[in-house]
Amino acid sequence: MINTKDNQGMLWEVFLQKKSGQPFIHAGSIHAFDKEMALQNARDTYTRRGEATVIWVVPSHTIVSSTPEDVGPFFDPANDKIYRHPTFYNIPDAIKNM
Amino acid sequence: MKSEKELEEIFEKKLANNEFIEPKDWMPEKYRHHLIRQISQHAHSEVVGMLPEGNWITRAPSLRAKLVLLAKVQDEGGHGLYLYSAAETLGISRDEMIEALHAGKAKYSSIFNYPTLTWADIGAIGWLVDGAAIMNQVMLQRTSYGPYSRAMIRICKEESFHQRQGYEIMMRLALGTPEQKQMAQDALNRWWYPTLMMFGPPDDQSPNTADAVKWRIKRETNDQLRQKFVNQTVPQAEFIGLKVPDPNLKWNEAKKGYDFTPPDWNEFWRVIKGDGPCNKERLAARIKAHEEGKWVREAAAAYAQKHNKEMLVS
Repeated sequence: MINTKDNQGMLWEVFLQKKSGQPFIHAGSIHAFDKEMALQNARDTYTRRGEATVIWVVPSHTIVSSTPEDVGPFFDPANDKIYRHPTFYNIPDAIKNM
Repeated sequence: MKSEKELEEIFEKKLANNEFIEPKDWMPEKYRHHLIRQISQHAHSEVVGMLPEGNWITRAPSLRAKLVLLAKVQDEGGHGLYLYSAAETLGISRDEMIEALHAGKAKYSSIFNYPTLTWADIGAIGWLVDGAAIMNQVMLQRTSYGPYSRAMIRICKEESFHQRQGYEIMMRLALGTPEQKQMAQDALNRWWYPTLMMFGPPDDQSPNTADAVKWRIKRETNDQLRQKFVNQTVPQAEFIGLKVPDPNLKWNEAKKGYDFTPPDWNEFWRVIKGDGPCNKERLAARIKAHEEGKWVREAAAAYAQKHNKEMLVS
């Protein structure tokens, strides 16, 4: 992915954690030439108002994604297993704390 | 493999159910092109929009005003970046978009081809131009393309400070000396009609509105948004004793909105086609900035190639 055209560096995906204990959430993408610049650009672009205490940057081309066309077959194994949900089980009303 | 017709049906069904279209979803080519055009123009507008305001950073009347203006202009740069990224998910590169802007092939909002002559213009831009932009962008938070919608949500959160700081500047001038009030009135007089033009041509002359509404890219038409903006802004002007420069402006009880004089659409088309007061200056400033930053990008690329080989190989 060497930048032969003048694309202002390669593409990175930015993930932000607002506070420790919380999940990292995708914020968007940025362009940068290396890791350090990627972190700085992510900071300047996505955290001007205290949106994060930790930032992850990941080269976009390293992300592996499932494809929307496969949504049916790909997630099918979970769809018919309603016994994985608590509401599948009948517990008498008299039983508390369950 | 699904046929094109089946894919199109899935696409239409998603739109009908108010679901979002994501980058990897199948979409009609016309939808993709419409979005690339609209999002890249939106990005260019944010970036070119930094120029008329940047013009006043060194001349801001107080340190507070200077800090605020710097923060606002930095936000606009950030908004441009969110939007370029959203457009890139549609398969166009950053380079292609910048090139189209510099070659004059891609448009940006015609409002930024008007000059900022006085400090009051910075107030008018925040209050009116950002106010109009917010109205458009609030609607676009529910646009059908996921990455565009997410960028809009982020932008709307940041934009309301822009409008408030602009109104504060206008309020201070309007409540100041007679000369200051006159300066505020003069800025309102010059920015009112160009701001009304920001919503785009009337619905019956807008080549792209029908598609945009059909695909739920836009949820309201140009004329609807323009009416909403006038209804919202007139009382704000009255509150600080400024007069909207329209002798025909009148409350219409039946439609629960103001009747108003439409902008001069000949002027609108003239400015869009490149014949506004600052078109050449704005584009020249963009190209100069890009050219002068070239050595930095080249140096960064060379550095990265040397030190980060493993990262650059996909």
